[in-house]
Amino acid sequence: MSERTIAAIATPLGEGGISVIRISGADAIAVADKCFFAFSGESLSNLCGYQAAYGKVTDSVGNTLDDAVALIFRAPKSYTGEDVVEVSVHGGTIVARQVLRRVLECGATLATGGEFTKRAFLNGKLDLTKAESVMGLISARNDAAAKIARGAREGRISRDTEDILNKLLETAASLAAFADYPDEDIPNLSEENFALLLDECYTKCQKLISTYDTGRIIREGINCAIVGKPNVGKSTLMNMLCGLDRSIVTDIAGTTRDVVETTVNIGDVTLNLADTAGIHSTEDTVEKFGVDKAIQKIENSELLLAVFDNSLPLDSDDKQLLESIRDKKCIVILNKSDLQNVFDKKDLSGFQVVEISAREGTGYDELCSAIARVCKTEMLSADDTVLINERQRDCVNRALSAVCAARDALTMGMTLDAVGVCVDDAIAALLELTGKRVTNEVCDEIFKRFCVGK
Amino acid sequence: MIKEYLAENYDIAVIGGGHAGIEAALAPARLGLKTVMFTINLDWVGNMPCNPSIGGTAKGHLVRELDALGGEMGKAADATTLQSRMLNRGKGPAVYSLRAQIDRREYCSYMKHAVEMQENLDVKQAEIVHIEKRDDGLWHCITRLGADYACKCVILATGTFLGGRIYIGEVNYESGPDGNFPATELSKSLKKLNIPLRRFKTGTPARVDRASIDFSKLEVQDGDEDTVPFSFSTTSKPQNRVVCHIGYTNDETKKVILENLHRSPLYAGDIEGVGPRYCPSIEDKIVRFADKQRHQMFVEPCGENTEEMYLQGMSSSLPEEVQLKFYRTIPGLENVQIMRTAYAIEYDCIDPLALYATLEIKEQPGLYGAGQFNGSSGYEEAAAQGFVAGVNAAHKILGREPLVLSRSSSYIGTLIDDLVTKGCSDPYRMMTSRSEYRLLLRQDNADERLMPTGHSLGLIDEKEYERFLERRRLKEQEIERVNSTFLAPKPQLNEMLTARGTAPLTTGTRLADLIKRPQLDYKCLAPFDKERPALPDDVCEKIEVEIKYEGYISRQQAQVDEMLRLENKTIPKDFDYASIKGLRLEAAEKLNKVRPENIGQASRISGVSPADISVLLIYLSK
Repeated sequence: MSERTIAAIATPLGEGGISVIRISGADAIAVADKCFFAFSGESLSNLCGYQAAYGKVTDSVGNTLDDAVALIFRAPKSYTGEDVVEVSVHGGTIVARQVLRRVLECGATLATGGEFTKRAFLNGKLDLTKAESVMGLISARNDAAAKIARGAREGRISRDTEDILNKLLETAASLAAFADYPDEDIPNLSEENFALLLDECYTKCQKLISTYDTGRIIREGINCAIVGKPNVGKSTLMNMLCGLDRSIVTDIAGTTRDVVETTVNIGDVTLNLADTAGIHSTEDTVEKFGVDKAIQKIENSELLLAVFDNSLPLDSDDKQLLESIRDKKCIVILNKSDLQNVFDKKDLSGFQVVEISAREGTGYDELCSAIARVCKTEMLSADDTVLINERQRDCVNRALSAVCAARDALTMGMTLDAVGVCVDDAIAALLELTGKRVTNEVCDEIFKRFCVGK
Repeated sequence: MIKEYLAENYDIAVIGGGHAGIEAALAPARLGLKTVMFTINLDWVGNMPCNPSIGGTAKGHLVRELDALGGEMGKAADATTLQSRMLNRGKGPAVYSLRAQIDRREYCSYMKHAVEMQENLDVKQAEIVHIEKRDDGLWHCITRLGADYACKCVILATGTFLGGRIYIGEVNYESGPDGNFPATELSKSLKKLNIPLRRFKTGTPARVDRASIDFSKLEVQDGDEDTVPFSFSTTSKPQNRVVCHIGYTNDETKKVILENLHRSPLYAGDIEGVGPRYCPSIEDKIVRFADKQRHQMFVEPCGENTEEMYLQGMSSSLPEEVQLKFYRTIPGLENVQIMRTAYAIEYDCIDPLALYATLEIKEQPGLYGAGQFNGSSGYEEAAAQGFVAGVNAAHKILGREPLVLSRSSSYIGTLIDDLVTKGCSDPYRMMTSRSEYRLLLRQDNADERLMPTGHSLGLIDEKEYERFLERRRLKEQEIERVNSTFLAPKPQLNEMLTARGTAPLTTGTRLADLIKRPQLDYKCLAPFDKERPALPDDVCEKIEVEIKYEGYISRQQAQVDEMLRLENKTIPKDFDYASIKGLRLEAAEKLNKVRPENIGQASRISGVSPADISVLLIYLSK
């Protein structure tokens, strides 16, 4: 649908072995022919799909920019479904950029972010969840995010929902037959079977939804606050996690008066980390302001790292803090583990506890695995389906609530036509998830994601 | 070559006097257009060559909808009912379906007289052998005797007459249904017009002599005690005049059929026509559902003044001697005497993708199709299309807006949308599962859905419409009342609640909330609801359904709203699908053929994938 031929560097910028410049569109081969010259003398337009040529890329006055291999894909058998030329040149940012610039001079326009994928989607090469996953891959910030996106790319979401869908469709079909052939002696629908089927769908939907939070943590990171009384070593911990002196560390309690924020990758998890002022009663106006902010942070954070001093007895401030975080996702960190423990660890029962010595740098690995455990990312295997965006979660959520309504209708003793309406709703929501049913929402999503322009 | 003579001019000619033809002729005549209806045999106007019954799942809905629009079928059925039953009573209001056994002869007489008495409508026994559009811009219908009728619009409602051929075992011959002449010539002129014709087939069981049946071996099937008419205008309750019976096939039946399967024209490969998937012959059922122990058979009287009995579920195209043999394996039919042999009939029909939703043939302005000609099966499906084709032909002549009913308004809309958008690969039978909006498209509210349309068409008279408005007013008033009336926890009430297995009241409770409880209904609360007005049964039924299913109805309404949003995205008429690069070739071809009017319709075309629709949407919004 787009007449423009687009090009971009398809490999990550940096010191790699090779860089690939991808050209896609009706004129892709013609564009490449203007700047790539095969040593065999043959023009690229004479090659079939999947054929490669070895040659050189030259600039506008004929100077060689680099030796290169051009690989031809003929529409529709390419990633985008259009004619594609992939030019592999020697790695390194400079060469790749020079070649790209030359390709643009020869008639291609620079591809916008995700434009190859957009074209692949519009040409029917990818379904919606796969397209979304490619966007996820492009923007992945850590290994786990990339792993999830790859899973989605392989169609795991479609496969998992297909399973629920088939069960629901089976239910809807027997409902239909039941209604359409009143005179035939079709065995009556067993309501127990029906309830079992719905229960199964319920569990599966719920499991899918629970993956979303994990997925979101991996993708977007988790808002994490380091909290604790003054001078228990919060800032030292912050610096340990960051690997640099982000917070000013002194022996003076109350040094950190504002919230200090940074982002770090801990294993699979990206923490949007905030170091807060020590929480205690203070008369110092500035510090008090910081304390209030710290308390606010506790409210707003999804993960709390609560730091306590191993060498001091738990006082009322500590105990108050423990109470306020009991129902939240948190890890209790006993700092200064190199010093003698002086209080009863039973007071910490029910909490994930990690002992560290921020000063000596011990306990870091334990802390990482505790974070992974709390965020449930450690359970994430390469085969797991993870919902990767809000749209997907919303679809499954709607399916879940419809399944619930169907179950309720059944338990309440409503007639099966009422149950059927709910089952239909669940089916519609799941079809929408995989893009098998087009709704306005799906299309809005496409527009938003791909910023389809002129 | 016969000598033609100029006979007469009409606005509209209807070819065929079956269920489609009748409605197709009555509607325009009632709208004041000069109309003629041709039938091959005037004794068989509105014949039921198959079941002597009207209605059933989804079909009953069609009849009530047609009635609300101003059709005739419901009134005729009410006047000639032998036995009436509301099917699916236990399965919920969405799928309640009215079905009535009909006296076949009485029905024919009723309909024959109805068309004869209709102002502006001439009825003629004649076979149309040729139609063409001539230079005068009119369609000319030529009869076998050379009469030339020039008309502005023609509606083809040819049923199984068009190119009809009957198959019974190794025997086959040209014939219309029920021993009538076939229409053998007309297909040729349709082919000349490049109308895409194909062969479908259908079948019917034997009619047998009542005296030869041992009813003691069959189960009795009674009509409902409290009957409901089809037509909103019928004020009396139809009486049950007969009972039906149920019997079952057995292993012996299966054995006889399987031993003789090679003699079936279907299995021998003689028939090219495709039969209805949802109405299979007994040999089909035995082959397709091989592990089923037995199949049901209904014994239905064909009328009050005949001894012919219809064996529903036992249609067959096996040789006559085999038919007799397998019927006689059924307990109760050991000595059965066949009066009319079962047969399959093959006929010409159009690929409905060649039709607009108005049922006008896309490439032939002024030419319309209805009923089996359009690839459907069933009297009710036929009548509904006949009505829509008739109104649209009339509106074309009168320069009015076409009548296109949406899927969310009716089963009629769903039927036509399915036909012209998805097409059909076998005779299309209406089923409740074809509608996504079953809970909204109930048979009880067909009047609310369609009577305003019927009234504005001018086919529902003021008196009838006033009655409808009054029903609706009573309903709305009462729903408001039960929503604002509270019942106090009194011993008698709580006794009743406990007896019905639902929690007694501890505090004042809204009447509507009690009606919502599945264990309770509107009626059982009457003794505790002192201010309740006396209301007609049909109004009470609506009140109960609307309150009880309120949550589910609004859930479905949300589904409709979502659908309408796509339905409102229109596609320009001259849209060039070939120019969209992202569309797959198959999708572009299908879209070009169907030429959908909006995205919603496009999304229902088979062979057009959701990805194609996304592409279309993005393209259209550019």
